[in-house]
Amino acid sequence: MIRLESVNVAFDGRVVLENVTVQLQEQRIGIIGLNGSGKSTFVRLLNGLQLPDKGTVYVDDLDSQQEGRKIRRRVGFVFQNPDNQIVYPTVREDMSFGLKNLRFPKEDIEQRIEKALIAYGIEHLADRLTHQLSGGEKQLVALVGVLIMQPEYIVLDEPTTLLDLKNKRLLMSIIRDLGQRVIMVTHDLDLLVDFDRVLCFHDGKLASDGQPASVINEYLQLCDQ
Amino acid sequence: MNTKDIVYIALFAALMAVLGVFPPITIPSLGVPITAQSMGVMLAGGILGAKRGALSMILFLVLVAAGLPLLAGGRGGMGVFSGASAGFIYGWIVAAYVVGMIVERSWGKLNMVTAAGACILGGIVVVYAMGVPWLSVTASIPFMKAFMGSMAYVPGDLVKVVVATGVILTVKRSYPLISAKA
Amino acid sequence: MISLYHPAQSLIHSIAAGHKVLMLLILGTVLFQVDRLEILVVVAVVVVACYGVAKIPFRLAFKQLKPALFLLAIIFLAQIFILGLEAAIFVVLRFAVLILAASLVTLTTMMSHMIEAIEKGLSIFGHWLPVAKISLALSLTVRFIPVIGVMAEEVREAQRVRGMERNVFALAMPLIIRTLKMGTEVAEALDARGFDSDDETDAKSRTS
Repeated sequence: MIRLESVNVAFDGRVVLENVTVQLQEQRIGIIGLNGSGKSTFVRLLNGLQLPDKGTVYVDDLDSQQEGRKIRRRVGFVFQNPDNQIVYPTVREDMSFGLKNLRFPKEDIEQRIEKALIAYGIEHLADRLTHQLSGGEKQLVALVGVLIMQPEYIVLDEPTTLLDLKNKRLLMSIIRDLGQRVIMVTHDLDLLVDFDRVLCFHDGKLASDGQPASVINEYLQLCDQ
Repeated sequence: MNTKDIVYIALFAALMAVLGVFPPITIPSLGVPITAQSMGVMLAGGILGAKRGALSMILFLVLVAAGLPLLAGGRGGMGVFSGASAGFIYGWIVAAYVVGMIVERSWGKLNMVTAAGACILGGIVVVYAMGVPWLSVTASIPFMKAFMGSMAYVPGDLVKVVVATGVILTVKRSYPLISAKA
Repeated sequence: MISLYHPAQSLIHSIAAGHKVLMLLILGTVLFQVDRLEILVVVAVVVVACYGVAKIPFRLAFKQLKPALFLLAIIFLAQIFILGLEAAIFVVLRFAVLILAASLVTLTTMMSHMIEAIEKGLSIFGHWLPVAKISLALSLTVRFIPVIGVMAEEVREAQRVRGMERNVFALAMPLIIRTLKMGTEVAEALDARGFDSDDETDAKSRTS
């Protein structure tokens, strides 16, 4: 379970998140809000990429101020632009990056990569150069590069923004089947209809929280104001 | 060296490579092609500072040596480092360091004059101070001849100084990565 | 990423990258001690023969020398006036041999093997050098050359619409800013994937 207790974040004196207290334990949670509402900052708190100025973030009772590394092992993070997340020239090498960081032995790394490539249906991409992949393939590689580290939570920050409809559906079908808990920021509201819970941020505050249908409805009204 | 430092060093090495494929601009009255690549040297020092700037040049040159055709005109490989013009290339490492050092020292009061001065001193004086003697010794031609021959490129370098100065000052305002040093 | 590597099966291709580099360094040192033209000619013949062994077409071998030809011609002419014809031939031939030998190493060695050899060479200094960081930096550079290349093309197109594609400042400025912004996100992604450099990371200075 991830728990935030009266969390405040400010950049250069400008408050970005104000007094956020929330517990995240559902299987799939969606995060929505207008640009600049604080939702990106919120998800960066969940894996210690961002530390709170006031208040505390606990991931399975680990405090993000003290246990940043342990938390990043538990919480995988997928970024909006896969180009900024893929760090090696070939797919296979990129898969090995996270595993090397976890200090797995070499043979173990190779085995895990083979398994993951097959499990997520991208073995045909294994030796391709990452910059020659299509946008959809890149996002898939970025996601598998995170999943291969077997985190317990997956946080995704607008993962479908740069994808066409076909790749969006493919990515979502994979996300639906994940055993891990998923927390996803998105502007594609229709992706969230079967989620367990949706949080809506507005002006740095948690504006509404609950079932997808009602939160999305409130969000739409907010947009009309 | 934190993660961000490593990333910036790598990105500027990559930027050097991209500047190498920018089509050269030939100014008719000079007759010498100007490539954007040596401007990358000034930018690396002026934006990343001395240490990271010099490291990004070393990284770039290691990849050139490893066989990537990244120097302007598609040159690369170990042959480049034994050629007569190799001194200029080695000079880039020191040049980025010197540009960075001057920019760091004058950070609080960095202006057109100090930034341009850093680029001229590091990006031109240092580079030629290493390139010309190397050319003269390895090719056994008198120093003055080597010097005069190299001067044809200086006007182009001055154009790069102007652009690099503008970029360094703008980045300082919008995306500063250097902190002041006394 | 285009490499200069010329794929073929040959004795020279099969020599370990590190050994080839070592031999090249020795050759370079020795050649500058040699002062007799006959010896130099023998070395030149051996190097050219090696191109045959490595099955590298003549056209490709010549291409390695081509960028240096202009400078070599100038040096040759200067030398004739200063030291005479024989000395001119000697100096220019020495350069040609060095460039050809070095190019041979490049043409017969895959870049990934070369980088591995560099990392292996560095690991000897593992106590003094942060090998993992250097190795990451090498990979990141290779990875991001095409990414920044695409960005440069996008910037150029945008400026062409505004009629500014010959304004170097208008091209460089957005490219640099985009590169720097990308750097912030790449660093975040590296840490999110567990890289965590040894210095204790200060998350507060890393926010966008």
